[in-house]
Amino acid sequence: MSAAEIKTKTFEWFDERLGLRIARDMLDHKVVPLHPGTAWYYFGGITLFLFGVQMFTGLLLLLYYRPTVAEAFDSVRFIVTRVEFGWLIRSIHSWSANLLILFAFVHMFSVMFTHAYHRPRELTWLSGIALLGLMLCFGFSGYLLPWNQISYFATKVGTDVAGTTPFVGPMLARLLRGGEDVGAATLTRFFAFHVMILPLFTCGLIGMHLLLVQKTGMSTPKHLPAHDLSHMKFFPNFFLRELMVWYGVLALLGSLAAIFPWELGEKADPFASAPAGIRPEWYFLAQFYTLKLIPSHVWIFEGELLGLAGFGALALVWVALPFWSTHKPDGSGNARLATGVGVFLVCYLVVFTLLGYFK
Amino acid sequence: MEGNPTAPAPDAGRRTVVSWLLGGGVAASLVSFFYPVARFLVPPQVAEVSVNEVDAGKVQDLKPNSGKIVKFGNKPVLLVRVNDTEWKAFSAVCTHLNCTVQYQESRREIWCACHNGTYDLEGRVVSGPPPKPLEEMAVKIRGDEVVISKRV
Amino acid sequence: MRATVILFLLWIAVWILPGSAAAPDSCVTCHAAVDDAAKGPAALIKNDIHIAHGLSCADCHGGDPTSDDPDVAMNKKKGFKGKPARTAIPKFCATCHSSPDYMRKYAPRERVDQFELYQTSVHGKRLAAGDTAVATCIDCHSVHDIRAVKDTAAPVYPLRVSETCAHCHSDAQKMAPYKIPTNQFAEYKTSVHWEGLTKRGDLSAPTCASCHGNHGAKPPEVESVSAVCGTCHVLFEQLYEKSVHNAVFSGAGGGGGCVVCHSNHAVHDPSTAMLAGPKSVCTGCHEAGSAPAGTATQMAGWLDGLDAALKKSETVLASAEKSGMEVSEAQVHLIDGRENMVKARLALHSMKPLEVEKPVEAGMAIARSTQKAGEFALHEKDTRRMGLAVSVLLIGIVILAIRLLLQRMESTT
Repeated sequence: MSAAEIKTKTFEWFDERLGLRIARDMLDHKVVPLHPGTAWYYFGGITLFLFGVQMFTGLLLLLYYRPTVAEAFDSVRFIVTRVEFGWLIRSIHSWSANLLILFAFVHMFSVMFTHAYHRPRELTWLSGIALLGLMLCFGFSGYLLPWNQISYFATKVGTDVAGTTPFVGPMLARLLRGGEDVGAATLTRFFAFHVMILPLFTCGLIGMHLLLVQKTGMSTPKHLPAHDLSHMKFFPNFFLRELMVWYGVLALLGSLAAIFPWELGEKADPFASAPAGIRPEWYFLAQFYTLKLIPSHVWIFEGELLGLAGFGALALVWVALPFWSTHKPDGSGNARLATGVGVFLVCYLVVFTLLGYFK
Repeated sequence: MEGNPTAPAPDAGRRTVVSWLLGGGVAASLVSFFYPVARFLVPPQVAEVSVNEVDAGKVQDLKPNSGKIVKFGNKPVLLVRVNDTEWKAFSAVCTHLNCTVQYQESRREIWCACHNGTYDLEGRVVSGPPPKPLEEMAVKIRGDEVVISKRV
Repeated sequence: MRATVILFLLWIAVWILPGSAAAPDSCVTCHAAVDDAAKGPAALIKNDIHIAHGLSCADCHGGDPTSDDPDVAMNKKKGFKGKPARTAIPKFCATCHSSPDYMRKYAPRERVDQFELYQTSVHGKRLAAGDTAVATCIDCHSVHDIRAVKDTAAPVYPLRVSETCAHCHSDAQKMAPYKIPTNQFAEYKTSVHWEGLTKRGDLSAPTCASCHGNHGAKPPEVESVSAVCGTCHVLFEQLYEKSVHNAVFSGAGGGGGCVVCHSNHAVHDPSTAMLAGPKSVCTGCHEAGSAPAGTATQMAGWLDGLDAALKKSETVLASAEKSGMEVSEAQVHLIDGRENMVKARLALHSMKPLEVEKPVEAGMAIARSTQKAGEFALHEKDTRRMGLAVSVLLIGIVILAIRLLLQRMESTT
């Protein structure tokens, strides 16, 4: 039997039992529209790929990590120094986490600026925002797990800020910390979030997000009539290109891990004073720095409360984008306003992250 | 495909080169990714993650009213056999300037040679410059083995 | 005249004003009201430990604090002692401070022999002979605002003792009649002991009183210098006492033990420069080229060699750590190496080279093994980068191959 015959026979065996031909036909017919903005299509895939890397490296780390206050730091040290290629897996996991969040933001903003969130893609937008939120939760919970000085105090600061939310703040802080202070209960809780609770929700949402993308098809620029655009087959043409991109990302990850390995730090000591200049990871820096800038009292309101209210309002506007932003084919509507909001948000995030980093 | 029966030979050659390049490249790169993963899965020889307990020798090895230094992870610990039945262990790092302390049999005290700091058998500072007491560890006797562990 | 008028008015005020605090102390009330030098004590006593314990002016100075009439309050018949003469100050304080029965009421563990000690000191002896320029109790402890020794603002708080002694002992005019040098405080401030006190916050580091005594202040005898230094530096004293230098440096003109090499006040961090080279302290007695000078040079060479080897290890390990390798175990092992350095410098004081060689060898062994660990780590780092280069190369090949494949595929459509 030739290789081709084996392939066909295998396919038919599974198709008879699973109905695979539906998938194959869909794949065969899937096309990707070609236009100046086609390159942005890659970013969702990169985000997905990085999430896959996280799942895989996270799973490997799980074989050696111990989620108790007494052993967490030592187990990470063990992984990095004793386990073969442990340094590589750990550094890839840490770097990939940061790249994942970065690319998630880029993906979101590319969707925003190409106005791809409009009807009928509102649910895709909402599930995407939810996924971004989940990624940030992954970042926050995972950051504590090595149990070093920086992660301990950053978690303290972070849960303190969460505790200032009006009404639900104190209860929220207690739920997050598993008690009154950051301690063993917090580590257990964050571990549960990080390896089970968040992955469950994320996988569900990713499934929904991808299904919606398949259902609604790829969005195209509003000013170009869709039927005039040429297309590229998804399989194998676009897929091969995506493979190139994913391989490139892998090369980047490997280089970062080998040349800029992630630090071990010092074991957390709750009785020591917080390290000077303690600040959260970069993806929380913009908000952190904003809160620092706001004076403690503005008129009759507490500064921090005002800051949180501001974030909440901005988040609401952003999440509801598909519902208040309109785009008519004749070019009218408030697309300009929507773009303006997007530009403002990007500038605010970039500037304040940089400020937070250098100040 | 298009099925051009007069496709020139060099084109077929190029096709093979590219296929080989792709297939071989993918295979080799996958090996380079999964080889470290395979090595990672095999647990290292020393499987213990952190030191919580250390074997400090046999009961008969230490005479009553004497002490010895034992390695606990990467820190020194002073094991003292006070009498036939009583054992004590302390972190041997002097709280003044981190010299290693020793047991003084004649005075039944723990002494630091660097600046004459003295501690009693509860780890408390008796005289000299040390600002804090010595951290006490737990000693358990299992049969004829002496085991030192962190105090919970 | 004016004072009397004011006092009369105050006397009226006391009757008019509603109940003042328990048993008004007329000493404080009057002295607080005057404008001249007599006001001073009344303002100072709020910081005084005696007042804090419930004592009053009258408990030291006598007199009647319940009366507002100065003739009654400050009456000798009422036991008023007034301001004691300088030569009588120590006895004045000793009325209470040398009485165990009295002191037991307020501070049972407090010593009561300060006056006895003072009388044996240089200050005490001169005061007894009528010299009022020497230090009495109030010159060090202050007066009217006397604070406990453990109060950081007290002139006798460990961090401030040397400053207090220097008040007189660094003053050339004051010291001229006694022909005592005045450079001690300046020298002491260059010492490791001062550095320990002020930079490291180590309150156990010696101040003037630690070596000279406080109440019985006197420089230690030549024979007792090593015993004094030996209160902290025990092993050094033990080795030195058994060494040849002990006999030589004792006796009048001997130079005073440890002081000969290490100085008394300007005690600096010792180094091999003290053994060999232009600043060597050995060449003071031993001629260049003599056997002892040769031994000194040899030992200096060993110590410098060990120091260099340890530094090399430290550098390699730091470099490995900086490039991301985990070398904490080797770094901890290196601490043992440094301990051997300390042991070697201690062994020096026996003046027996073989005793020095042992810890030096042990230290060198540790330096060698940690150096190897550091080099291995750096090599590992290079291996990793090689592995990375291979992976990136393979990835590059795949990407190139895909591009070629796509080119081929898409040129035919």
